[in-house]
Amino acid sequence: MRTITYQQAIGEALAQQMRFDRSVVLMGEDSTNAWGPTKGLHREFPDRVLDMPITEAAFVGAAVGAAATGLRPVVDLLFVDFATVCFDQIANQAAKLRYMAGGRVSVPLVLRAMWGTGLRRGAQHSQALHPLFVHLPGLKVVAPSSPYDAKGLMAQALVDDDPVLFLEHKMLYFVPGGVPEEPYAIPFGSAKVVRPGTDCTVVAIGRMVSVALAAAEQLAAEGVQVEVIDPRTLSPLDTSTIYGSVERTGRLVVVDEAHPRCSLATDIAAQVAQDRFAALRGPVRMVTGPHAPVPFSPELEDAFAPGPDQVVAAVHATGLLRGAA
Amino acid sequence: MGTSRTTDLTLNQIAEIYRTMSVIRAFEDRLHGLAKSLPGAVHLYSGQEAVAAGVCAALAPDDFLASTHRGHGHAIAKGCDVEAMMKELHGRPDGLCGGKGGSMHIADFDRGMLGANGLAGGGVPLACGAALTARQQGTGQVAVAFTGDGGANQGAVLESLVLARMLDLPVIFAIENNGYAQATPADRHFSGTDMAQRAAGFGIPGAVVDGYDVLAVHAATTEAVRRARDGQGPTVLEFRAERFHGHMELWDDQSYRPDADPERLRTESDPLLLLRSRIADGTVAGPAAFELDRIDRDATALVEAAVAAASEPFTADPRTLLDHVYTR
Repeated sequence: MRTITYQQAIGEALAQQMRFDRSVVLMGEDSTNAWGPTKGLHREFPDRVLDMPITEAAFVGAAVGAAATGLRPVVDLLFVDFATVCFDQIANQAAKLRYMAGGRVSVPLVLRAMWGTGLRRGAQHSQALHPLFVHLPGLKVVAPSSPYDAKGLMAQALVDDDPVLFLEHKMLYFVPGGVPEEPYAIPFGSAKVVRPGTDCTVVAIGRMVSVALAAAEQLAAEGVQVEVIDPRTLSPLDTSTIYGSVERTGRLVVVDEAHPRCSLATDIAAQVAQDRFAALRGPVRMVTGPHAPVPFSPELEDAFAPGPDQVVAAVHATGLLRGAA
Repeated sequence: MGTSRTTDLTLNQIAEIYRTMSVIRAFEDRLHGLAKSLPGAVHLYSGQEAVAAGVCAALAPDDFLASTHRGHGHAIAKGCDVEAMMKELHGRPDGLCGGKGGSMHIADFDRGMLGANGLAGGGVPLACGAALTARQQGTGQVAVAFTGDGGANQGAVLESLVLARMLDLPVIFAIENNGYAQATPADRHFSGTDMAQRAAGFGIPGAVVDGYDVLAVHAATTEAVRRARDGQGPTVLEFRAERFHGHMELWDDQSYRPDADPERLRTESDPLLLLRSRIADGTVAGPAAFELDRIDRDATALVEAAVAAASEPFTADPRTLLDHVYTR
């Protein structure tokens, strides 16, 4: 299979669907001078790649109105941190329009946004805000961790009739991976077992998938086989794959670089504790960022984001003591 | 302030505009008495009828409109079914939005009505989006973005002016200045002179229009629609007309309006009476007074029938709570 980067995979999904569906338009700041996944698309689609002034409330709201009236806008928020300046348009308009209208309209909108730590951008450009959006009924939230998933999930977002927040981890943009050239879509609500194992289930998203895999390698050396699951879509969430895994392993660690309170980690931990308590053979453990803004200092930022050692320790703390498996 | 001495409107068009205002008045004044038996918040439009009726008379049926929390008048003028609206206000499953929206979220996308809105200024970007769809698809449709003097201060509204100018969107910003942002008078919250002055700063033509004068509203909107359809982009229109009722039913004693006695407004600034006087003095050719009286009676009957239908016993199935969150 051909190898391209995560960033190229997203761009390829956009280009392929734009050739097929004329209602897809790209909206964002610097759209025609873009460096990211949309780089160069304005040359092929000059009428459908639209530069926006720095007016997030206006152009995100306009994308909602456009989606409700016949277009399929793909909005580039740049950093997910910037969603806070247009939160009304996302939380009160996009997410609720269909419901408030009694189902007589849909909002096929894709909001793209970079997220996560690692780029040394400080507290206002490094957040993992997905819990805010997972909380909101009406929104779908997607967070691919590989180039293959990025292309397939974007392809699905572009044909989905609900508003989708498509979270692109900034530290994954240049990660290469095998990606078919032909179009394909990955259905939402379908988790991926990234690494099978028998002793402990580790759920991770985005950049934390590679952290979990590194921890799995360390644990394998001591004879512990962890199963790493990437939910891929945070809303809807494929609980059945997670539950099935926990039923086999009896242990759960959730890794999320968001803050610890009301996060995806607390959400998955609570759902498993409520619905599969009998399957658990040890305490559920969460590995998250701390309850603090993301610091600028590289040393401090590296300390903020969960690393493999913390995941290893958390797996041990589920009751899998070193050498005991 | 823009007023109108003459009009190109035909007698039938004048009759239709009067009918729209009459239905809105009947609907809103009936709700004034009914509100205590309705769930939720109700914001009445009486006094501002000329704005909705005049604006919508300048639109085609497939043009778009995004409304405000005070949205009944816009919805009626845009052609929404009055009985379905009344049922929606009662929270009925056979309401216009299946009982999921209510007064502050009345929407009918089949009629280009993009919805009332619970957020001040919240619908304005949506209208810009509908205008963007029209522009991208070359349909020639236009969109009207309603907000009030209070909502006109919102960042989303001011950002929308920038966006509409930069993309030359076919959108008309209709700022209804009814003098109050909830209970705060405009002279204590509205910076600058007026919205036309603000618009000039954004490079957008604007005008301040007598919002009691439906002919002036219609004339100003017609010109704005022409510009929008011609690809000349947005226009800002500030319509000045005070509401007869308080900000919200059952909440507002209007003690903040010492100089705006609602009874005085009804005798001196009633847009329906103003149009009647224009017809009576021959300024415009309209239906005879007895025909206008009949229009009023028909409007009252229409609203009474809607109230009767909405008052029939009903049950809302709790299982429908989860319907329409997602398409699938």
